[in-house]
Formats: sequence, structure tokens, C-alpha cells
Amino acid sequence: MTDARTDKAPLPVAAEAAPAAAAAGHDAGAHWGHERLLSVATFALFVWLAVSLVRLPAFDHGTVTLWLRQPLAAVPMLLLVAITFKHLALGLIVVVEDYVHEAGGRLAWLALIKLAAAFAAALALFCVLKIALGGGAG
Amino acid sequence: MTRNPSRPLSPHLTIWKWGPHMAVSILHRITGAGLATVGAAVFVWWLYAAAQGAESYALFAGWATWKWALIIWIGLSWAFFQHLLSGLRHFVMDVGAGYALPVNKFWAWATIVLAVLLTALLWAYILYWRLGA
Repeated sequence: MTDARTDKAPLPVAAEAAPAAAAAGHDAGAHWGHERLLSVATFALFVWLAVSLVRLPAFDHGTVTLWLRQPLAAVPMLLLVAITFKHLALGLIVVVEDYVHEAGGRLAWLALIKLAAAFAAALALFCVLKIALGGGAG
Repeated sequence: MTRNPSRPLSPHLTIWKWGPHMAVSILHRITGAGLATVGAAVFVWWLYAAAQGAESYALFAGWATWKWALIIWIGLSWAFFQHLLSGLRHFVMDVGAGYALPVNKFWAWATIVLAVLLTALLWAYILYWRLGA
């Protein structure tokens, strides 16, 4: 068995590594489970999207909008947007929490991620709904 | 969360000897960050263009079929497969399996090799069978 550690620095005590969710008074275990559930859902919905796109005869405007008007395309797409953007925001938050150590910069990055993800998700959801419910135009 | 700057940070990247497990962990984060930014932007633009109408969609399609955009498409599809496979590896490890060193090393390499392979297969399918180029 080889030891991957180079032993140049002593290992710090893990006290500061408490998850943000626990510090915020939430159940860290539930947060962890929620993250995994979102990952499974994201995986399943992207398998659906990949299969759906491969089955489309073309990717022109008419074909894509006609496809998204079907309830069984629009609804999975709405779920995909909502779940993927939640998954994506949680992932980016973990990356920032791990690598941005300066308090002000961290706060700014976390705020930017949450606001940008919320805006992008809302825009995408609205666009899917507009296509799905928009009637004959377009 | 406030940090006492006189306390040392948990060491990462710089002091560890690189192995496939570490590479795949970092790859999972890099590909995740890439998909979450570039991937999400392209995805939202696609939906936005489709919702806006034929003219807006033509603008997106023009960019999407530009020859240099192929680099972004190939990059995104590789990131997608890598993130998906290393994500599946994380699920296995989350249930407590796959920690024995040879097994761990094998599956770390497997995600890297399979991601490249799946990307190659996808583009072979798109460029030769679908577009007949």
C-alpha cells in the first residue's frame, strides 16, 4: 500500500470543515441526500433529453417548437430546467466554498451564482411555457 | 461562515501526489463548472431563440453550425460524458463501495477513457451517419 500524502504539512483539525448547511441550522444529512436526489433526477432527465434529441428528424425551428408543444416533451423539459439549475447552483456553490477563502469574495460569488441561476432558470422555464402554450404562431 | 486567517487551510491540489482518483475528482468539478456556465448559457440561448421565433432561431442556428463552434460542442459533449460518468462513480462510492485501491484506480481511469470514447462515438454518429459528411 502506497501513501499518496507527501507529508510536507501537518493535517489541520477538521473543525472548520463543518458543512454550511449544518452551520445554518439545517440538517446536513438531509442536504446531502437532497443533493444526491437532484443528481439522480438530473441524470434521468438528461437521458430523456438525449434520447428525445436523437429521435428528432431535424433541429430546425419548426421541428423543435412542434416537439416542445407536446405535453410529454414540455413537462419533462420544465422539470429538467428546474432540477438542473438547482443541481448546477449547488455544485457551483460547493466549488466556491472550497476555493474562495476570502469572506467578501465568497459572499459576492455565492450571491452571483444564486441570482444568475434563478434568472436563467426562470427565463428558460418561461421560454418552454411560451412555446408549449403559445398556440400556432412561430 | 467566518474563517480565522491565522489557522491553516485544509491542503489541496498542490501538496498531493497526483493519481487517477484525484484527477477524476478535479475533472468532475472542472467539467461541472464548464457545463454550469458555458453549457447552461448555450442551452438557455437555444430555448430563448426557439421561443422568440424563426428569425431569432436562425441566429442561434447560424452560430451553432459555425465550424469553430464545433470546438464548443465537442468540449461540452466531452464535459457532459465525463461529469456523468464520474458522477455515477460518486454514487457507487456514496454507498460505500469501490474504495479498495486497485478497484478505485481502475474505475477512475475507466471514467476518463469511457468519456473520451463516448465523445468520439457521438461525433462519429453525428458527422458520418447523421450528416453524412
